[in-house]
Amino acid sequence: MDRFGRRTLLKAGLGVGVGLGLKPELALCQDNPASSRPGEGDLLVKAGDAMKNPLGPGDIREGARPILAWAMDPADGTVRSGSRLNQVLLVRLDQEELSPETRLRAVEGIVAYTAICTHTGCEVDDWLPPEQLLHCPCHGSRFDPRDSGKVVDGEAPRALPALPLKLDNGRLVVGGSFTARVGFQTA
Amino acid sequence: MSLSKAVFALLLIAGPVSAQQPQPAPAPPVPAALRNYKPVTADRLKNPEPGDWLMIRRTYNGWGYSPLDQIRSNNVNRLQPVWVLSTGQTSGHEAPPIVNNGVMFVATPGNQVIAIDARSGSVLWRYRKELPEDAVVLHRTSRGVAVYGDKVFFAAGDAILVAIDARTGKEVWTAKVEENKNGYYLTMAPLVADGKVMVGISGGELGTRGFVAAYNVDTGREVWKAFTVPAPGEPGSETWPAGGDEWKTGGAATWVTGNYDPETNLVYWGTGNGGPWMGDQRPGDNLYTASTVAIDAATGQIKGHHQYHPNDSWDWDEVSPPILVDYRRNGRMIKGLINVARNGYLWFLERSNGKINFIEGKPYVKQNVFKSLDPLTGRPDVDPNRKPGTGKLADHCPSLWGGKNWPPVAFSPETRLLYIPANENTCGTSTGREVEYMPGRSFTGATTGFYLAAGADHIGEIQAWNVDTGQRVWTHSFAKSPNWGPMLATSGGLVFSGGTNDRMFRALDASSGKVLWEFPTNSGVIGQPTSFMIDGKQYIAVQSGWGVDSRGMQARLNLISPGEYPEVPEGGAVWVFAVK
Ligand code: FES
Repeated sequence: MDRFGRRTLLKAGLGVGVGLGLKPELALCQDNPASSRPGEGDLLVKAGDAMKNPLGPGDIREGARPILAWAMDPADGTVRSGSRLNQVLLVRLDQEELSPETRLRAVEGIVAYTAICTHTGCEVDDWLPPEQLLHCPCHGSRFDPRDSGKVVDGEAPRALPALPLKLDNGRLVVGGSFTARVGFQTA
Repeated sequence: MSLSKAVFALLLIAGPVSAQQPQPAPAPPVPAALRNYKPVTADRLKNPEPGDWLMIRRTYNGWGYSPLDQIRSNNVNRLQPVWVLSTGQTSGHEAPPIVNNGVMFVATPGNQVIAIDARSGSVLWRYRKELPEDAVVLHRTSRGVAVYGDKVFFAAGDAILVAIDARTGKEVWTAKVEENKNGYYLTMAPLVADGKVMVGISGGELGTRGFVAAYNVDTGREVWKAFTVPAPGEPGSETWPAGGDEWKTGGAATWVTGNYDPETNLVYWGTGNGGPWMGDQRPGDNLYTASTVAIDAATGQIKGHHQYHPNDSWDWDEVSPPILVDYRRNGRMIKGLINVARNGYLWFLERSNGKINFIEGKPYVKQNVFKSLDPLTGRPDVDPNRKPGTGKLADHCPSLWGGKNWPPVAFSPETRLLYIPANENTCGTSTGREVEYMPGRSFTGATTGFYLAAGADHIGEIQAWNVDTGQRVWTHSFAKSPNWGPMLATSGGLVFSGGTNDRMFRALDASSGKVLWEFPTNSGVIGQPTSFMIDGKQYIAVQSGWGVDSRGMQARLNLISPGEYPEVPEGGAVWVFAVK
């Protein structure tokens, strides 16, 4: 199927609520609130937390490894864990060291980034404490969370998209969508 | 689905807006080169015509050897491009151009297969399978297609096996091999043997459990599935922690195609690292990680194995299958298996109708982890100071990329030499940490470093070893480049390979290792070269397209020596050469 054909079909299918032989997982990506990207107003919960307790600034300690989190719809408690592209890293840094742009997205020095490496999509799940850098174990790309997730070195072609944060009633809340497309090149 | 069908569907939804019934578009005419497509039979796979290259290593024994001999040392300097075709993709182009009676099939990154008229270089059809945006495909590459009957089999990245009609490029059937969301993906070429099509999986870094699966060639129905990590109670399960769940995420991925012995109907398949990377998180030998397994092609039963190192903690996947070659040792001919392992040792083994016996093992690159091998079993005595663990840093040579990674070796029955694309002088550090399993997420639990051994004056090598003496005969080294080049040997007394960061594709004298010809292509050549014949003329074909791990090593080297290992231009192309 060529791209145009699929997109046309998808629109058609959504418009009238018919699948039309569309692969079910494709339809899901579009409709399923668990798979849609974090959006403004979403709460954040720690991955694996069955109680779905919304995270507050006190849960993210300075000097600790980044925490893996999911966004959660505050209205119905849907955890957006339906797509691996929704994995969010939360890490607390020294506020003074944040670039001006990053500071605008931070809450008390806490910043959020996608966990998906922009190279080939591994999870950036390694943390280098001395350098305060996010490290992708697959091919060694390093990203600076103090400066918009910029690539310090390695093969990643672009910065890690950031997720703006706000504080609301003592809880961390998503302040807007990711600053760029999450993921890597698939075609 | 085609555009015309999509439009048709739209019209249906919109209701009868027009009285005119949309006509299905007429099928495009089948190009002449495909009209008389020659079906691939089991016999042709076992005994391919000299001018064809029907499977990734050409023959089931994995030799990567062509009996064509028109291109020789005395004319190879006149080798010139005949045609070149852009694939439209970046990332690592590792697949061989498969050639059946003048029709070429090439797999590329981006879930694409291109059928090409091998004579002219014109595209006959293109098959593309779109990847979902959240697909888990940590290595954007394909190592080739398999051909059988009038089908082309392609292992799509998102863990789906596809049968394509060789004449039209249309899907005949698809089979879901495993759940991609759980970290299973495909990068290898399928293998057709015993009337079945087999695949192995990638995802050893993602908490998967390895297997080889076989499918009915006509329907895509699964015939058997051989897990490379046994479940509790199965043979080998005693090498995993008793009562634990470690086996469920134990790794032993099978991401390179196996070789096959038609005589015994056994497939020899290699297996990867254990999961997570640190062995102390899964105490025991952990069969069948870092092993070769002998699988009965009829039933999927594992009938024999050889484990190259127990309790892997170095990410040394032993996925390259051994080649099947009979060699002389101590006055007798041995029905042999020879494997060039990522752990830095060259292994001479013996095959039978099941059990695999150890004959000899020796390092072919700097290796400081094994103190010795057990003379009877080949089991290495591992230096505990060289074995990383949870919270324990260790450094070791070779690095996690190994002395040889996935690029296949070649063997020439004329020179009796085995040609190895090696990386010498690479070392690494590794420290483990606890890691929690979450489906589809990284499950390595390790921080690794990379460095070159003190005094290293080069990295990449092509080594030639005499299989009957077990001695190295020549080495060609590359001062300023690693070597990621699969090998081709020909009856013209030549070996062909690329693999270096200078974009060269080259021919060496098979007996002496002297470089006789080289040509700078568009990108770095990490594709598997092949040779074929049309109308009595010999050609050499290869894909150029640097990426994946070759790119990764280059980037790490550039960190060590900034500016000395610049980025290699990317973008894929298929090249065909002939003597003019
Ligand atoms: S996927 Fe992260 S560096 Fe390659």
